[in-house]
Amino acid sequence: MPADLLTHVLRQADRILVLSHRLAEWLTHAPELEEDMALANISLDLLGQARHLYTYAGELEGLGHDEDYFAYFRDAADFRNPLIVEQPNGDFAVTMVRQVLHDHAALLYWESMCSSTDQTLAALAARAVNETRFHLRHSTGWLIRLGDGTDESHRRAQAGLDTMWPFAGELLGADDEDDLRAAGLIGPRFDGGWRAAVGATVVEATLTMPPEPPTRSGGLEGDHSEHLAPMLEVMQDLARAHPGATW
Amino acid sequence: MSQAQFDALIDADERIEPDDWMPDDYRKTLVRQIAQHAHSEIIGMQPEGEWIARAPSLHRKAILTAKVQDEAGHGMYLYGAAESLGVDRAELLDRLHNKTQKYSSIFNYATPEWADVGAIGWLVDGAAIANQVPLCRCSYGPYGRAMVRICKEESFHQRQGYQIMLTLSEGTPEQKAMAQRALDRWWWPSIMMFGPPDTESPNTARSMAWGIKRYTNDELRQQFVAATVPQVELLGLTVPDPDLVWNEERGQYDFSEPDWAEFATMVKGEGEIPNLRISTRRNAHTEGEWVREAAVAYAEKQQQRERVA
Ligand SMILES: [Fe+2]
Ligand SMILES: [Fe+2]
Repeated sequence: MPADLLTHVLRQADRILVLSHRLAEWLTHAPELEEDMALANISLDLLGQARHLYTYAGELEGLGHDEDYFAYFRDAADFRNPLIVEQPNGDFAVTMVRQVLHDHAALLYWESMCSSTDQTLAALAARAVNETRFHLRHSTGWLIRLGDGTDESHRRAQAGLDTMWPFAGELLGADDEDDLRAAGLIGPRFDGGWRAAVGATVVEATLTMPPEPPTRSGGLEGDHSEHLAPMLEVMQDLARAHPGATW
Repeated sequence: MSQAQFDALIDADERIEPDDWMPDDYRKTLVRQIAQHAHSEIIGMQPEGEWIARAPSLHRKAILTAKVQDEAGHGMYLYGAAESLGVDRAELLDRLHNKTQKYSSIFNYATPEWADVGAIGWLVDGAAIANQVPLCRCSYGPYGRAMVRICKEESFHQRQGYQIMLTLSEGTPEQKAMAQRALDRWWWPSIMMFGPPDTESPNTARSMAWGIKRYTNDELRQQFVAATVPQVELLGLTVPDPDLVWNEERGQYDFSEPDWAEFATMVKGEGEIPNLRISTRRNAHTEGEWVREAAVAYAEKQQQRERVA
């Protein structure tokens, strides 16, 4: 069955929320204070994007659900995020590799959404493009410094790339969204642009692209790795203990 | 510049700047105070940071993330102010990590419930504001200016904390009870944030003469109680002090003596929570070392490449 716009919006919102949550886990653990601030900043931008998308998902769905319903009262199997964002943070190199893979895809995605026939999404995209450019500058800047830094940082950056690469494919979108594409609701695929952009960063970071294409998928259909449920359990625990409460 | 010029600036209530001559003790007092303040900002990220992942709504999650990020920024401004006195951040962090310098003992209390996030913003940031607003006029220029920026953000922190408490107080009976428990936990620690009574604060007089301090501990404590009690009443909660009463004659509240023995224990910084605070900091620093080294190595390579080019 082809995906509807609601599914597409939830896939984006879930990707962005889960990544925001993972980045916030770095707070008080970052390598320097500047990074505590930078990662918090990016996490906050993402949280803002996710909240807009969830609110819009509520409108599309038409059942009166607000942003908090989607974040707090759905189970892991209802989440539609790509597997890569739910993976544990690992060391700083693993996190930065994930950001690079994600941010290149996110920039191409939002750019393509600026001309969506859906006014709400096009307006959101215009703002998100600017934020994502800044995120991409941060992540590529770090990956290049790590890859081309010391022997140890190079080794860790390569290990990070090898760890995250198998999950990267889902960042290019789902296979069941051609109808949305044909209707102009979402933009054209950006696989080639993404490969070229990631390749350029990897080269500048003096790293080696893994030879095999990405293999892991399932998140976009709700088939998650073992890491999402424990993350959601922490996130949702308090909200679910007080159903109907205002905070 | 000389002692006479320094004295003249202090008497005229003007600012001392980094290049000005200053007495050794003035410099030492400031380094100690600013470093301890900076350490408190970054250690203070931990008790609330723990709640970002568990925040009960996306709205609260965003506000709390922004607050904890602000505290990191405060730490950075303050380490910057300390560096203008000739010490560097790495050295000060080492002293925090090896426990030769302290941070505010308020962050040695646990935050078992969401309402603690509200109580911290409202009471702890509130007490910090009462302490810090006078510091905006501190005689040492870089510290005073850092405090102006910080105080602006602290008032947002206090408002969001009070807002959490207000929402809880107007919420379900469980939420209101949670708010009262948090008030019970944080009232006395906040009262003690102003430091020991004036009779037992040997450095106060000198710091006041130098224009580093503007009010005594007890004066600030009185101001805080006077500002906070009406807020507790608005929340419909109860101050955990049966002897708190308005004294018409003095135009002030009378209240019980805090448990200074507990304060002394907390200041020592021993036990499970202080150890966790320091080990979290120390681990972040140690585990980040290869990242900082990579950044330095890359910058050097870039410089070399530019020289060759
Ligand atoms: Fe602060
Ligand atoms: Fe604060």
